[in-house]
Amino acid sequence: MTVLLRASNVQKYFPVGRQMLGRASGGRSSGPRVRAVDDVSIEVRTGETLGLVGESGCGKSTLGRCLVRLHTLTSGSVSFEGHDISGLSRRELRPLRREMQMVFQDPYASLNPRKRVGTIIAGPLRIHRQGNRTQVRDRVAELLELVGLSPEHVNRYPHEFSGGQRQRIGVARALALRPKLIIADEPVSALDVSIRAQVINLFDDLQDELGLTYIFIAHDLGVVRHVSDRIAVMYLGKIVEIAPAEDLLARPVHPYTEALLSAVPVPDPELSARREQIVLEGDVPSPVEPPAGCRFAPRCRYATEICAAEEPPLVPHRGPGHLAACHHPLGPPQMTTA
Amino acid sequence: MGEPLLEVRDLHVTFHTEDGVVRAVNGVSFDVSEGETLGIVGESGSGKSVTMMSVMRLILDPNAQFTGEVIYKGRDLMKLSKRTIREVRGAEIAMIFQDPMTSLNPVYRVGWQIAEQIRAHEQVSAHAARVRAIELLASVGIPNPEQRVDDYPHQFSGGMRQRVMIALALSCSPSLLIADEPTTALDVTIQAQILRLIKKLREEFGSAIVLITHDMGVVADVADRVAVMYAGRLVEQGTKHEIFNDPQHPYTWGLLGSIARLDGPRPRRLATIPGTPPSLLSLPDGCAFAQRCACRFERCFTELPPLLSRDTLLSRDPMPNGHLDACHLTSAEKRAHRAASLAKERT
Repeated sequence: MTVLLRASNVQKYFPVGRQMLGRASGGRSSGPRVRAVDDVSIEVRTGETLGLVGESGCGKSTLGRCLVRLHTLTSGSVSFEGHDISGLSRRELRPLRREMQMVFQDPYASLNPRKRVGTIIAGPLRIHRQGNRTQVRDRVAELLELVGLSPEHVNRYPHEFSGGQRQRIGVARALALRPKLIIADEPVSALDVSIRAQVINLFDDLQDELGLTYIFIAHDLGVVRHVSDRIAVMYLGKIVEIAPAEDLLARPVHPYTEALLSAVPVPDPELSARREQIVLEGDVPSPVEPPAGCRFAPRCRYATEICAAEEPPLVPHRGPGHLAACHHPLGPPQMTTA
Repeated sequence: MGEPLLEVRDLHVTFHTEDGVVRAVNGVSFDVSEGETLGIVGESGSGKSVTMMSVMRLILDPNAQFTGEVIYKGRDLMKLSKRTIREVRGAEIAMIFQDPMTSLNPVYRVGWQIAEQIRAHEQVSAHAARVRAIELLASVGIPNPEQRVDDYPHQFSGGMRQRVMIALALSCSPSLLIADEPTTALDVTIQAQILRLIKKLREEFGSAIVLITHDMGVVADVADRVAVMYAGRLVEQGTKHEIFNDPQHPYTWGLLGSIARLDGPRPRRLATIPGTPPSLLSLPDGCAFAQRCACRFERCFTELPPLLSRDTLLSRDPMPNGHLDACHLTSAEKRAHRAASLAKERT
C-alpha cells in the first residue's frame, strides 16, 4: 500500500497566559506553552481508515488539523503524496485543499444557518471554480443522493434537518471536490445511537464506493474500532500505541491502552459484572508541564524508576505493524474485553 | 427489592409552543423501590429528562402542563405547595446533572454551596455544616478535602467537579437520587471512576437511584432495572438481564443492535433503525415507533399498544415491576422476528 500522508516529528505548541495576548509570538517565545502535539510521526496509507483515539486534551484534534495544515506546525513536517506541505503558504495550499477535506463534530455549528443546503454544498465547487452553473447544480443533486438525502432538499435551510441529516450535508460538502483524504473529527459524537449507526454505515459505504482514505478522530472506542483498519492511541500529545484495529483491541501493549479499553462500559450485564476493570486514578496532567519520562507514568500501575527518567520510544512490539512507547510492555493477553 | 419508594402514575407533560403542543411525556408509569437503581434509557427527545424533572417539579415553564400522579412515600408530589416541595427537594430527593460546570455556582466556594444546602434543611451551625461538607468531599474521593472545601468550582477538573456535585446531592442523605446523564460530559477513564464511586456510595448511603442515560453500557454496569423510553412513552421495562438478554420491543432490539461495541466480533455493518423519531408536535395515533419498525402491521398505525406483561394472559394481575413491553406482536411473533433480526445482525 502506498503512503498518502506522512507526518514526521510534528510538534504543535500553543502559547498560554499573557503572551497569548499582546504581540503575536507565533509560538516561538520562551514562555509557557501547551504541548498539544509533541513529536508525532505517523503514516496514513491510501485507502485505509486510521482511527485516532484519546481523551479530551490529548491532542487528537490538533494533530488532525496539523495533518491538513489547518494549523501551522511549530516544528516537524507533513508530506502529502510525497510533497512536503508543511512550509506552504495559504495560497500554495489552496489546490491541495481539493484533495483533503474535513467533516466536523457539530453539525449545528459547522453549517451556516443562513445559507441554503444547495449553496453550502456548492461552496467548495465555487471557490475552486469547478464547472458552470448547471454542472454545479447537477453535482449538488448527485452529492445529496450519494449521502442519502433527496435532491429536492437543495433549497432548504440547515435548521429544517435533524442532526443526522445535517451531518450528511457536512459529508456531502466534504465530498464535493472528490478529495482523496477525509479527516473526520468526532463526526458522530453529537448524534444519538440509532442515527450514529446510520452515519457510520454511510462513511463505510462511501469509502467502498469512492476509495477514500479516512482519518477518523473520536473518543468513542467502539465507533473507532468499527470503522478503522488501524488505530493510534494518543495520550498528552504523544502517540503511545498504534496497531491494526483488532490487534490493538485483543492484544494491547501499552498500559494506557489497556486501561482505556477496560474503562469502556460494555452493553452486556454478565460480561460487565465478570470482567476486571482497571480504574485509573487521578486526572490527565497538564500539557503545559507534562511529566518527565513517560507521560503516563504517574497514573500507570506498572511504572518504575526508569519510566520517570527516560521517555520510551515508539518501537515495534509483537510484529512490525504494532508500535508502542512503553518500558514495560504488557505480555500476552490475560484479560481483555473480547 | 423493598417497598415502592416512588410511584409515577400516568404522567403527561405537554408544552404549549408557537408551533403547537409538544407532547413530551405521554402517560408514563413506573415504580422505584427502596435501594434499587433504575436506569432510564432513550435517545434525545424521548422524554427521559422531562419525566424526572417533572417528578422533582423542576420544570417552571409557564407553558408546561402536567397531569398524573407522582407518589413519593405516600404523598403526591404534584399536589404539594411550592414551599413543601422545597422540603422534599434536596433532602429527600436529590439530583445530579450532566454538566457539573453549569450546575455549580461559579462565584461561591464549593464548601459554602454544600453547607448552604445542609443548613437549608437542618438546624445546624455554620461550623457543623462546614465539617459535614469536608466529610462529604472526603467520602466522594476528593484529595485534601480540608483545603479543597475553600476552592471555587473552576479550580476543579471535570471529574472532580462531578464528585463535588455528588457530595452536594448526598449532603442530606436523600432516599432517592436522580442522576441525569452524570457521566456524559466526562472522558471514559473518568467515567469509570465516577460510576465506581456511585456504586460504592449506593452501598454506603442505601439511596435508590434513577439513572438517566443514553449509554446502554453504563446501564449494563450500574442499573438493576431498566426502562426504555421512546417518544415520551415507556416501550419496555424489566430487569437488566431481561432487557439485555431477552428484549421484547423492536425498538430495544434496534437500540442494542446499533451500538458499535468493543466486545465480540466486529460486524461488517452496524444494524440501524431507519428514519428518525417522530415529531412530538404531531405524534401518530398508533405506536410511535411503527414508522421505523421492521415488524409493523396495520394495527400498529391505528391502535396504541399498552405496556403489558407477556404473562398477562396467565395472571390477571401483572406484577408492576415485571417485564413489560408495549408492542402488538404476540410472544411467538416476537420470538420469530427477534431470531430473524439477530441472524441479520450476525451477517
